[in-house]
Amino acid sequence: MHPVPFEGFMYPNEVELQWSVLIVLYPFLTGLVAGAFILASLERVFKVDAVKPTYRLALLTALAFLLVAPLPLQLHLGHPERSLEMYLTPHRSSAMAMFGFVYLWYLMAVLVLEIWLDYRRDIVLLAQTSTGWRRWIYRTLTLGSFNLSERSLRIDDKVGWIITVIGIPSAFLLHGYVGFIFGSVKANPWWASPLMPVVFLFSAMVSGIAAVMLLYQFTARIRKTPVDMRCLDTVAKYLFYTFVVDFTLEMLDLIQRIYVADESFRSLDFMVHTRLWMSQVVIQILMGTVAPIAILGLAQVYKLGEAVRRRMYTLAGVLTLIGILAMRWNVVIGGQLFSKSFLGYTTYKMGFATREGLLPAAVLLILPFLILWVLLKLLPPWTEQKV
Amino acid sequence: MSVTRRHFLTLTGGAALAWDFLLAGTPEESPNYKMADHWWGMLIDVTKCIGSGNCVRACAEENDVPDGFFRTWVEHYHVNDWHLENPVVESLDGGMHGFPVVPEGTGKDFFIPKMCNHCADSPCTQVCPVGATFVTPDGVVLVDEKYCLGCRYCIQACPYGCRYLHPTKHVAQKCTLCYHRITKGLTTACCEACPTGARQLVDLKNPKDPIHDFLKTHSVQVLKPHLATGAKAFYNGLDGSVR
Repeated sequence: MHPVPFEGFMYPNEVELQWSVLIVLYPFLTGLVAGAFILASLERVFKVDAVKPTYRLALLTALAFLLVAPLPLQLHLGHPERSLEMYLTPHRSSAMAMFGFVYLWYLMAVLVLEIWLDYRRDIVLLAQTSTGWRRWIYRTLTLGSFNLSERSLRIDDKVGWIITVIGIPSAFLLHGYVGFIFGSVKANPWWASPLMPVVFLFSAMVSGIAAVMLLYQFTARIRKTPVDMRCLDTVAKYLFYTFVVDFTLEMLDLIQRIYVADESFRSLDFMVHTRLWMSQVVIQILMGTVAPIAILGLAQVYKLGEAVRRRMYTLAGVLTLIGILAMRWNVVIGGQLFSKSFLGYTTYKMGFATREGLLPAAVLLILPFLILWVLLKLLPPWTEQKV
Repeated sequence: MSVTRRHFLTLTGGAALAWDFLLAGTPEESPNYKMADHWWGMLIDVTKCIGSGNCVRACAEENDVPDGFFRTWVEHYHVNDWHLENPVVESLDGGMHGFPVVPEGTGKDFFIPKMCNHCADSPCTQVCPVGATFVTPDGVVLVDEKYCLGCRYCIQACPYGCRYLHPTKHVAQKCTLCYHRITKGLTTACCEACPTGARQLVDLKNPKDPIHDFLKTHSVQVLKPHLATGAKAFYNGLDGSVR
């Protein structure tokens, strides 16, 4: 029968978890996309010039992660060959079906278009200067538009700006909607919360900003170019502010749950104190939230040397990403560890080299970085090397 | 023989239609059954259930339910006078093999048969991204196995734990209320196998169905009424401790 150990009473069909580590990855990846895009829009729309060196890097990061985001879902489906039906015959009352369109809108109408418009001048110049297969790639990427007149570049800029303005609510929608997919499941009290989309959105911004901050430092080190400290300090400042809002929202949710203490509370409270203690309290809250907020806060309050600040930002960024990944884990896996009868708890057994095991999950986490590497080679975002 | 363009187009169109019918297969015939005339549900009389597990076995056999999964199951509740909100519940193998005799003691013991509630406002059909699971016009929640993606959103959305993913077909499955039987005028396998008549298939649109008199004279409840799912598994004698 069921090899999965459980305690108390579970409805007999509940013992095995339905959504695996791959579904943990999915909101993590889309969160990075939304966060990176919102960081990029700071420069474009809100004219925060200091973050300019990260603008294109953030856009390419968003694209790399967005391309990989559907893969864990695809791998998880019982019938991946039928997945296109979601677009062809969508069920309009389904949050998941409508998300397919939100994803497609964001990928095609916002991100790809904005990147193309921003890079069009570079692509045309690269198509004229490069040789061999690269020349053909760039020629294809121009989509036949070689016009680099003042007027056409002005139009590019104007349209790009409009797309970014549309892109901000789209990015909000993208990740707010991921939260809605969980928050709208009324059968599951761990998920069902109107705050869920908002919490997901802010945690997305936190993870995206942290990822770009780390990538910016990492690429500067690899390329042996100096880090623009004004840029890094500004990014870290935004990370700090967003993180404070995110933490406040999560604590509001927690306080509300504790105070209201509805029928599910005793069960969920027991779960947090036992099965989720390490992943939620230690890794997500203490290590992944309180510690990076404290580190980033210290950097805001005290005047510290450049080298120290850089190390602090790196540490805070890494801890933040671990914390947000843990948050996704606790939502997705945590939401399935207790019985909907509130009388029992089950265990998640993760395979290794299985279809939904740790190995494919690790590959899917590494894949966006490989795609990003290709994108960086193809479309160099470095401001100091602009063609 | 020469084929004109007009003929060719007519022929290919006709062939495509015929092929579609071939793929869809022939539906089971129930010529006298009109969906609009029925609104199915189930009456479960807790006071009559003796926990024999006959219903679970009959369902598994009738519907080829894979081992370790259940379209219906029976729970044994033990409620202590001091802990009304903390019942001790067990359902080993879904109660398929019955339950050991409960020794006399404090508190009370009873059995609760569970199954899909065939909700009128079912959260599971709401979330299905392709509409593979749906409520039929006669009030039965079904899954189209040829269309289901196996995303398992419906399993998450069911508050009663009634759905599972078939281990080899990789599609969601659940109680069909023996739709292949009830559309032919038969009752469900679980109702037929119940030795005490604790389960009774009901047709709310049938004015002659005894359910109407039963509802008038008994206090009947549904599971988790606060979730407003429009559940149609009606329980008589349901204890407040049942989840």
